[in-house]
Amino acid sequence: MAAVVQEAPEAIAPPRRGPAAFRGGTVWRWAVLLVTAVYFLLPLWAALRFAGISAFGSVVGESGFSSSLGLSVRLAVITTVITIALMLPTAVYVHLRLPGLRRLLEGITILPIVIPPVVLIVGVLAIAPGFLKGTSWLLAMVYVILAMPFSYRAIDAGLRALDLKTIVEASSSLGAGWVSTLGRVILPNLRTALLSATVLSVAMVLGEYTMASLDLFQTFPVWIYVNSQTSGQVSVAASLLATWFFLMIITVLGTRQSRKTGGGEVTLFTVARTETRGDL
Amino acid sequence: MGPSVAVPGSLADPGTLSPAAPSGPSRVTLALRWLRRVSGIVPFAVYVTFGLLLPMVAVAIGAFQDNDGAFTFSNVDAATHGIYLKGFWQSIVLSVISSVIPGILGLIVAYAIFTAKRAQVLRQVAITAAGVFANFGGVPLAFIFIATIGSSGLVSQWLTSLGFDPYAHGFTLYSLLGVIIVYLYFQIPLMVLVILPALEGLRPAWREAAANLGARTWEYWRYVAGPVLLPSFLGCVLLLFGSALSAYATTEALTNGTIPLTSIQIGSFLNGNVIAGQENIGKALGLGMVVIIAIAMAFYVVLQRRSARWLR
Amino acid sequence: MTTNTTPDAATTVSGAGRIRPGGGTSVLLHQLTRSFGVTRALDGLSIEMAPGELVALLGPSGCGKTTALRIVAGFETADTGSVLIDGRDISSVPAARRDMGMVFQSYSLFPNMSALDNVAFGLRMRKIGTDERRKRAAGLLDMVGLAPQAAQYPHQLSGGQQQRVALARALAIQPRVLLLDEPLSALDAKVRLQLREQIRLLQQQLGTTTLFVTHDQEEALSMADRVGVMSQGRLEQIAAPDELYTNPATAFVAEFVGVMNRIPGELRGGGMVTALGRAVPVRGRAPDETAVDVLVRPEGLTMEITEHGNGIVTTRTFLGSVTRVGVQLDGDVAVQVDRPSAESAALAPGASVSVSLPAQPVLVAPRRTG
Repeated sequence: MAAVVQEAPEAIAPPRRGPAAFRGGTVWRWAVLLVTAVYFLLPLWAALRFAGISAFGSVVGESGFSSSLGLSVRLAVITTVITIALMLPTAVYVHLRLPGLRRLLEGITILPIVIPPVVLIVGVLAIAPGFLKGTSWLLAMVYVILAMPFSYRAIDAGLRALDLKTIVEASSSLGAGWVSTLGRVILPNLRTALLSATVLSVAMVLGEYTMASLDLFQTFPVWIYVNSQTSGQVSVAASLLATWFFLMIITVLGTRQSRKTGGGEVTLFTVARTETRGDL
Repeated sequence: MGPSVAVPGSLADPGTLSPAAPSGPSRVTLALRWLRRVSGIVPFAVYVTFGLLLPMVAVAIGAFQDNDGAFTFSNVDAATHGIYLKGFWQSIVLSVISSVIPGILGLIVAYAIFTAKRAQVLRQVAITAAGVFANFGGVPLAFIFIATIGSSGLVSQWLTSLGFDPYAHGFTLYSLLGVIIVYLYFQIPLMVLVILPALEGLRPAWREAAANLGARTWEYWRYVAGPVLLPSFLGCVLLLFGSALSAYATTEALTNGTIPLTSIQIGSFLNGNVIAGQENIGKALGLGMVVIIAIAMAFYVVLQRRSARWLR
Repeated sequence: MTTNTTPDAATTVSGAGRIRPGGGTSVLLHQLTRSFGVTRALDGLSIEMAPGELVALLGPSGCGKTTALRIVAGFETADTGSVLIDGRDISSVPAARRDMGMVFQSYSLFPNMSALDNVAFGLRMRKIGTDERRKRAAGLLDMVGLAPQAAQYPHQLSGGQQQRVALARALAIQPRVLLLDEPLSALDAKVRLQLREQIRLLQQQLGTTTLFVTHDQEEALSMADRVGVMSQGRLEQIAAPDELYTNPATAFVAEFVGVMNRIPGELRGGGMVTALGRAVPVRGRAPDETAVDVLVRPEGLTMEITEHGNGIVTTRTFLGSVTRVGVQLDGDVAVQVDRPSAESAALAPGASVSVSLPAQPVLVAPRRTG
């Protein structure tokens, strides 16, 4: 009945790790990653040594530090709020009602990457109405445009991973109105994407120098630069402060996101799913 | 012994004609319906129009205006000669180098990350780090590199102590070469981020099928992975090109305007460091820049479409 | 078993000095074990395949069948044990040199090549000249009925067509062994049935020893010469399909292959078990506990319409020539009984029936609670 072979074959191999299908790349891979890590971390460390630990303390006390940082933070908040208020409903609407326009929307939202900020600010200053010119509101509104590629793509990636149409139909077939659907079904599933969009927008605003300086606003990055004329170490310290802050936040958020969504990450351009190798 | 050929069910006999369709909704109704459907997108459309399109139109128009508003080619003429032409040329050269090299390096790094399937943590960290560093630029970046390989930077001093002073041999951070080295810092992560999805599109089944059919690693790359990735790779390099060309802050912080580059030159028009009566040259420069990038992006879109088809 | 036919288009493949015997190839899996972390994927698997035989590995997800296949293909290495082809241990031979054709579950065609180039790829790796390999590839595409699609790209082909190209591609290199990893799972039902036939016919025509992994028992039973049922890394039974069905060696096999009823019973001494008011002999091993479940096929139960029987009809499902009747027995036991449809008119839901075991040896398993 159960035909299991008993006879001994001519060669019974002892337990061993034979050549796997594609072995041999491990050493090379780690070498690449090591060199890369060095290239990226060395400057940070060099800057740290250059500035000296004391510089961190003194930075905070420098004149203009808090006002410029405060300005940048305010701008970041306003930009993020406008961005999400604008991009989220638009993205959801297009996904649901106007899928044919998705391509166009993707194309439009990638334009700000194509158009150099330095050119854009020239144009904006040329057409801005008098009452907006010179206010930080104008800058925030332009930042929304700059943030569009990242924010839209993050939200879009989140929506694409959702099969939006199906869950909305399911929700309405169970009796939920629009507001409920948006609030209870769509939004919770987009937490990761929205977080991603927020982080990217904030990062962008806090690091944006070009438009702020040309629009004559002393945001944090501008202040760092202006300050460098007088005290190089302080500038370096401030730069590092900004960077470390981000690395921290984004790393924490990054790992938390992926644990929650079970191995999927919403990166800048896509939702990356870890590949599983089928069943055993 | 081929497969059974599916015979489509017989259709209604061709003699039957459907009765004339009743007249549909009126044109006005259809137009109104269409308007309602599109209304959801109006806020976005308005914002983009005022925030993006109109400014760009202003730049385009201004490029062809003289100070009194009359039509002229003089701006464009100035923009394509002399120091501005040099600026364009150097910007393009800089951008090409700062896109191809990080492109290749980024691909290698991305592949290293991608194939580290066992070490999930590593992948997580690497991708997150790439996200941060890709957005890292401008002033902080410039300063960090000044601290590293500036004239009194850490690595410069360390090399000097080893007996080789780079600055004595003509190297300086405040040059095109220095700028390229600094650009790598955000271009490589950007490449990693944009090429990773393409790499993820490389199905393991292809690798295994190729091996199963007798292909060695290099043959797999030559015949399968390479051709499949090529459109994506070129597309990403184009994206990097656009990114390098647009860069302003980093270069400004590093070079302070000493090297003629288009983005810096445009900025100087806003800063007022320019002879009065020539403001619109800046717009002409801007227009030129946008045209160059637009061409590059057009190719990018075409290449992405092609690779999307294959990597589905 | 199967006839040993010589391969079609018998031009020997040159290059790499590979020697192939004239007829089919014998394959031996010997005591394969493999663990992933704490999970034991394979636990001492041994299978012997005769030349030209199609063996199906059948089992639920996670039973280890795919791992076994991948070990044979060379994409995984076993912790212990070996794989022998025609008596030679190939465990240390890299996948690219094993001369086996593999068809993957889906999307394995190279997207940047036409169907013809895909099929010709293996020949290209063996340094066959352009004209020769295109000719052979065309011939293979013709064999799977896709000659008109030779110039099309994978994204232009349907799922079924893609798998046929994949099959042609695997066969192009005239492999010693053909490996199929759930090739039909991603296809819809109708296409699956057509391809099943085609694969089987091709395989018999070429006489290639084939290992076929699937979780679909119908597929396995209809295609294979022998079916190996696996569970949790172990081989429960390997036998011809009809043998598997009528004489399952273990309760797992009995329930996995076909439909099986579970009826509570009590073990008596002398190798007998009582259920449904009748004592019948036990077949095979009996578990230690006295409270057991008796395993009987739907067509194995007898049923009569009587007043005050031991069950009430709950459902009646028409399956063609046979009607499957669901009966709720006393003691809250549900069974399915198959009757010829012609005799099932009176078996409406609510009818009172009497169900009993036939006087034949039955399989028993430990009672399953809940």
